[in-house]
Amino acid sequence: MLSPYRALDLTDEKGFICGKTLAELGADVIKIEPPGGDPTRNRAPFYHDTPDPEKSLYWFAYNAGKKGITLNLETADGRAVLKRLVATADFVIESFTPGYLDSLGLGYTFLSQINTGIVLTSIAPFGQSGPYRDFKTSDLVSMSLGGYVYLTGEPDRPPVRIGFPQAYLHAGLVAATGAMIAHYARQVTGQGQWVDVSIQEACAWIPLDSYNFWEFSGLLEQRHGTVRLRPETGVRLRRIWQCKDGYVDFELYGGALARAFTIPLMAWMEEEGMAPDFVRGRDWARFDYSAATGEEVDRISEAVARFFLTHTKAELWEGGIKRRCVVYPVASPREVAESAQLAARGEYWVRVEHPEFGDTIAYPGPCFRASQSPPVRLRRAPLIGEHNIEVYTELGFSGEDIVLLKEAGAI
Amino acid sequence: MKALEDIRVADFSWVIAGPLTAMLLADFGAEVVHVESSTSPDVLRSVWPMKDRIPGVNRSPTFARYNAGKYGISLNLRHPRGVEMARRLVVWADIVIENFTPGVMERLGLGYEELSRGRSDLIMLSLPMLGRTGPLAHHPGLGVQLSDLIGFGNITGWADREPNTPPGAYTDLISPYYAVCALMAALDYRRRTGKGQYVELSQYEAGVQFVAPLIMDWTVNGREPVRRGNRCDRAVPHGVYKCRGEEQWCAIAVFTDAEWEGLCRTMGNAALADDPRYATLLERRRHEDEIDSLVEKWTAGQSAAEVMSKLQRAGVPAAVVSSGRDLYEDPQLADRGFYVELNHAEIGPHHYPRPPFKMSRSHGEPQMPAPCLGQHNDYVYRQILGISDEEFVQLLNEGVFD
Repeated sequence: MLSPYRALDLTDEKGFICGKTLAELGADVIKIEPPGGDPTRNRAPFYHDTPDPEKSLYWFAYNAGKKGITLNLETADGRAVLKRLVATADFVIESFTPGYLDSLGLGYTFLSQINTGIVLTSIAPFGQSGPYRDFKTSDLVSMSLGGYVYLTGEPDRPPVRIGFPQAYLHAGLVAATGAMIAHYARQVTGQGQWVDVSIQEACAWIPLDSYNFWEFSGLLEQRHGTVRLRPETGVRLRRIWQCKDGYVDFELYGGALARAFTIPLMAWMEEEGMAPDFVRGRDWARFDYSAATGEEVDRISEAVARFFLTHTKAELWEGGIKRRCVVYPVASPREVAESAQLAARGEYWVRVEHPEFGDTIAYPGPCFRASQSPPVRLRRAPLIGEHNIEVYTELGFSGEDIVLLKEAGAI
Repeated sequence: MKALEDIRVADFSWVIAGPLTAMLLADFGAEVVHVESSTSPDVLRSVWPMKDRIPGVNRSPTFARYNAGKYGISLNLRHPRGVEMARRLVVWADIVIENFTPGVMERLGLGYEELSRGRSDLIMLSLPMLGRTGPLAHHPGLGVQLSDLIGFGNITGWADREPNTPPGAYTDLISPYYAVCALMAALDYRRRTGKGQYVELSQYEAGVQFVAPLIMDWTVNGREPVRRGNRCDRAVPHGVYKCRGEEQWCAIAVFTDAEWEGLCRTMGNAALADDPRYATLLERRRHEDEIDSLVEKWTAGQSAAEVMSKLQRAGVPAAVVSSGRDLYEDPQLADRGFYVELNHAEIGPHHYPRPPFKMSRSHGEPQMPAPCLGQHNDYVYRQILGISDEEFVQLLNEGVFD
C-alpha cells in the first residue's frame, strides 16, 4: 500500500519495529547505520549461537524488509549526504538523545526546509520535553514508569517485567502510528510535521485500569501472581492453573462472558463427574464477583483446579475448542511455532532466504491482510552497508565519490 | 487542524482492541459512531471500579478510557430494521470497524462484500482474535488468554514458581496500533486510486511480532526460554529493589562500566567500583546476588523517587516502579499533558490518557468524554441519518434502538 513512499530509519533498538511496520505496508525503508553497524547487531540470540554482527536473530526479526546503508552523521560529508537523502524521502524516524539532531543542524526545522512534506518521527525515553527529558531508560525502566511492572509478579517477591523486552516494541509501533497519521494529514495539507513519541507514555497505556482504581476508589491494584485480586471486594480470581504437564489460562467469569468460560467448563466437569454439588445448576450468567464472597469463589476454584490437574495442556486446549470453552495453554515458543492455527493461515510464516547461510529462516509475517494489496514479500535484514552503492548511486554520487566518502569515514 | 477531521467511522466493535482503534481515530478528529446493543452492552461497561461504587452501564471509567470522543448509539441488530439502520450508517462512513466472531457480520448481511456493493471506496477493518480463517477462526477468547497463547506468561516470573502472566488484556494494547497504521495506509491508497479495501488483522499474529526473536531462537537454535525474574544478560545489577515504605520499589539497570561507577559513587561507595570482584560485567554476573543485596541495602532506606532522581543525575537508568497512584502523580506525564480531564455525563470529571505521542501540527487528544449507552441516538439517527421524527418514534417503539 505504501510503495510510493520512502522512509529513512535512523533508529537504534528503541525504534526498529517502526520502520519494519512501514516496510510491511510496502514502503521503501532504508536503515541508516553508523559505519561498522548498529550496536544491536550484537544482541543475542544468534544464528546457530554464533556471536556475529551479521547473525543476530533479534536484529533480523525487527529489520527484515529494510535496505541498509552506513552513514556517519558526525562528519560534514555524512550530514551532506543525509540532506540529499531527506530530499528524496517522506519519513525520517530517529531515536537519538533529544536535541542531538538539532546539535548537528538536522532537527525538524532544518529538515522541513529541505523538504516541507517530511514527517520526522522522534522516539525518546520521555519524549522531547518535560523534567525527565534527559533521563536514561532501558526496557525495565520504561515498563516500570509505565505502571505495568508494579502489577506483575508474586506478592512475596519484587515486581517483575515481562520476560522479553517490550517497551521499545510498544514505542516503535506507536511511532509508526503517529507517522502514518501525520502522513494522512500531509496528503490533505501538503505539509509534514514532527511526531514526538515518549516511550514512557507508550508504556503507560499498557495497564488496563490501575489508574482508574486509584482515581475512583483510592485503591491500588497490586500484584498477586497467578490470581487477580479484585481490590474492591478482595475476591481472588485465579488466572493460571496447573495441569498435568504445564499450565493453562482460564477465568471463572460470570455475566455475559460466562457463556464462553464458566458455563461450558462446568458442563465439561459434570460430563467427567468432577463437578461438586454446590456448582451444579447455578446460573453463571448471573454470577457477580462484586457480590460474591471470597470463600465462595475459593471453593469453586478448588474444584476447577482439581479438574485441570487430571488433564494435559493439549487435552484441555483441544477439549476446550470442541466445547467453545476458553481454556488457553500457557504456550512456549515451540507451541507457537507449531500452532495449527498459524500454519493454516496461508503465508503467515514467511520463509526468508539467508543466502549467506545457504538457509531459510521462518519469520512471523505481517499481521494485516489487505484485499487490494498482496502481502509484501519481506527480504532478510540488510548486511552492514549492503545497499550503499545502490542508494548512493541513485542520489547521483559517482563511483569515485563513493570511494572518497568511504575514505573520509562518512559511509 | 485535526489530522482526520474529514473521516467518518462506524465502529461496531467491543471490548478493547476494536474500540481503542476507533478511539485513536477520534482523538485525531475523525467522527466516530460507536454502535452498541442495550440488551447486551459492551462487557467493559460492567468492569469495576464503578463511580461511587454503584454499578451501572454508564459508570465504568474503564469503558470510558477506551471510548472517549465517540458518539454512542444503541441499535438492535437482531431486528431487521436495525440492520437497515446499520447499513445506512455504513453509507455515511468511510471506515467500518468490527471485531465480532468471524461470520457474524456476514450473517447479518453486513459483510464487506455486501456493504461495498456500490461503495467501492469503503474501507473495512476486522480484528479477529485468532484470524478469520483456520481451524480456530470461530474459537472465542479474550486478550487475557491470548497473551498466554503467544507465550507472554511462559516467560514472565520466576523459574521456581508458576508463570506470572501479565495482568489485563495485554495483546489488546498491541493490535490497535497496527490497525491504525493499516487504516492510514488504506486511506492513502484510496486517495490515490479511489478504491477502498478490506483489512483483516489477527490479534494473535500481531502479538507474535512482540516475541518474534524468541520464536526464531526456537526454530533456529532449538532453545526454550526460562523465567528469570528481572535479570538481563547484558546488565548487572538489573532488578527491582525495595525502597522505604510499603510496596515501594525502584528499578535499576546498569549496562555499562560508566553506569556501574555512577551507581557505586551514588551509593557513597566509590571503592566498590575498583573492587576486582565487580570490575567487569563477567565478574558482576558471577556476583550478581551479592550486588543485588548491596544495592537493596542502600535503596531500602530511601523513597523510590529519591533513588530514581539521584541515580538518573549520575547517568544511571533508574525508575520508580509506578503504581496507579504514581501514574496519577507522575511529574513527567503531567508536564506533557498526558492525562486530559473531561466531564462525563454520569461519571463526572475524570481523566483520560491522550495518545502516547505529540504532533507539532495536528495534536490529538480525547475530544469528548465517552458516551453513555445510546446517548447520541437522537443526534446520530436524526441528524446524521436524516430520520424523521415520526419514523424515529416508530423505530423506538419497535425496539430497533434496544
